[in-house]
Amino acid sequence: MNRVALRMLMGDRAKYIGIIFGITFASLLITQQMSVFTGIMYRTFATITDVGQPQLWVMDPKVAYIDDIKPLQSTQLYRVRSVDGVDWAVPFYKGLLRARLSNGTFQTVSVLGIDDATLLGGPPVMVEGRLEDLRKTDGVIVDEVAAKTRLAKPSAVPGQPPQPLRIGDTLELNDRRATVVGLCRTTRSFQSQPVLFTTFSRAMSYAPRERKLLSFVLVGVKPGEDEGAVATRITERTGLQAVRREDFMWMTMMYFVKYTGIPINIGTAVLLGFIVGTAIAGMTFFNFTQDNLKQFGALKAMGASNWVLLRMTILQSLTVGTIGYGLGVGAASLFGYLARNSELAFRMPWQVLAISAGAVLLICVLSAIFSIIKVMRLEPAIVFKA
Amino acid sequence: MSAEVIVHCRNVAKSYGLGQERVHALRGVDLDVHSGELLMLVGPSGCGKTTLISVIAGILDPDEGSVQVLGQDMRTTRGSARTRFRGTNVGFVFQQFNLLPALSALENVAVPLLILGVPRGEAHARAQTMLERVGLGGRSRSLPAQLSGGQQQRVAIARSLVHGPRLVVCDEPTSALDQETGQRVMEILREVAVGAGRALVVVTHDARTFGFADRIAHMNDGRILDVVQGSTARAHKEHQTWE
Repeated sequence: MNRVALRMLMGDRAKYIGIIFGITFASLLITQQMSVFTGIMYRTFATITDVGQPQLWVMDPKVAYIDDIKPLQSTQLYRVRSVDGVDWAVPFYKGLLRARLSNGTFQTVSVLGIDDATLLGGPPVMVEGRLEDLRKTDGVIVDEVAAKTRLAKPSAVPGQPPQPLRIGDTLELNDRRATVVGLCRTTRSFQSQPVLFTTFSRAMSYAPRERKLLSFVLVGVKPGEDEGAVATRITERTGLQAVRREDFMWMTMMYFVKYTGIPINIGTAVLLGFIVGTAIAGMTFFNFTQDNLKQFGALKAMGASNWVLLRMTILQSLTVGTIGYGLGVGAASLFGYLARNSELAFRMPWQVLAISAGAVLLICVLSAIFSIIKVMRLEPAIVFKA
Repeated sequence: MSAEVIVHCRNVAKSYGLGQERVHALRGVDLDVHSGELLMLVGPSGCGKTTLISVIAGILDPDEGSVQVLGQDMRTTRGSARTRFRGTNVGFVFQQFNLLPALSALENVAVPLLILGVPRGEAHARAQTMLERVGLGGRSRSLPAQLSGGQQQRVAIARSLVHGPRLVVCDEPTSALDQETGQRVMEILREVAVGAGRALVVVTHDARTFGFADRIAHMNDGRILDVVQGSTARAHKEHQTWE
């Protein structure tokens, strides 16, 4: 009877396409909006993503997320290094500074100061130049997108597009000279500030004078040591907050989820997609069942049990659900692919696909329930009515 | 009549609605239908014909009285057991054919077998044989929309018989057809459906088909007024018209 159910479903082309359209639309909207949401959330911890080597981040106990800088005393670095299980620990500076461009305008940039000796915490991908070039005088590495856009030099010819910042170009950070020694690729951040990498000591010289300037201590754990145990040990010994890299990402993301209202704003669109999809798919599927009520009645009269009709309805519902989900996710993927080089934050991990599948399944179940109730309560004597 | 009793109804009553809205569709009906006979239920619209075949076929419960089909008490056979009994022993021919529009003639005829769990290949082979018996062997791949009304009703007849039911109930099988096609459909019903061990109950108010009946039960206001035998039934053909 499964084949009969599918033939019944696909026989009414207009309704069949209508149901699939509804579910595709819902699936597309839910997947696309959730991918944008995930993309935005990923951007909140872009710095942690890019600084890939440390397993632990050590910071002031009150720090709630990556941009919530509460500087430490420089001596804390040595205290962390003395904890059992710590393989290495390096200083890390993160701060927002004003850069003066060659045309005299100012641009706020995110400066990341990495350990002078080891250069641990440097950019994940170098596009031009080498990481070691940071040791050159006044050396900074600039992210390639900023070099082409907000840090670009105005063209010498009026009306022409600005010239990208290149190796050898200079700019001023807090009235101190900075020379571009390389271009790198970084993950776009939530604030979308241009990112400049330099050494920790040079970052100290660029930063305004303060008593404490150490933003984080980056820690590598000895092989075989449990990261969580070492983090606990650091906290016990130093009183600082030590968290695993993944936990810090989660902390940062949850801060934005809790305090920015982004989930509500994007969640509204997701909910809208769900409601519209349920309405379109549910109503069309219900109408489809309604139109086939006599057919179901005939099957019931001929000896088809409620269980058989239930199975048929569920199969029909799951079939349109699977096709609609596939098309919706496919369209969302295509959207993400086409927008891959744009400013759009789009990320589609398997969790997004799973949640989207769950939502589509729910739409199918709701649609099927309305229809099934009608079919189950159907009086087979309906078939004798002209 | 000494033939086996397929349907045995005694004092069957059925009503719809409540209070002043209550309508008595059947008021103490007694009726026997025997193996090998074609019995017609005739009467004006609303006299209870359709309710009676619904009760006989086991798709409606009577309020009072007893209904036995093939010796099975339909009042005590309930739920899935009754559904199974109906699927195995009862065939249906409907006024509006009720063929599944997306299925071919062959697939439509095979449906009762598929419901009974017969493998698809075997079901299709048996359906093809049955289609040939109703003269539609060459149209097995046609969709209902590609068939004329008479052909669709022949497909419906094939569907009602494919699983070898002992009782076939037909609700106004010719009312949606022109006279010539209706006659042809009734001829096929007589030729193919009526046989040893099987009974046919046909609801109709088409007087032109009375000649095909072995017996005619006249109904009015929820009661069976009389049951007329064979040739007498044919004699009525020219004079009776029920609206």
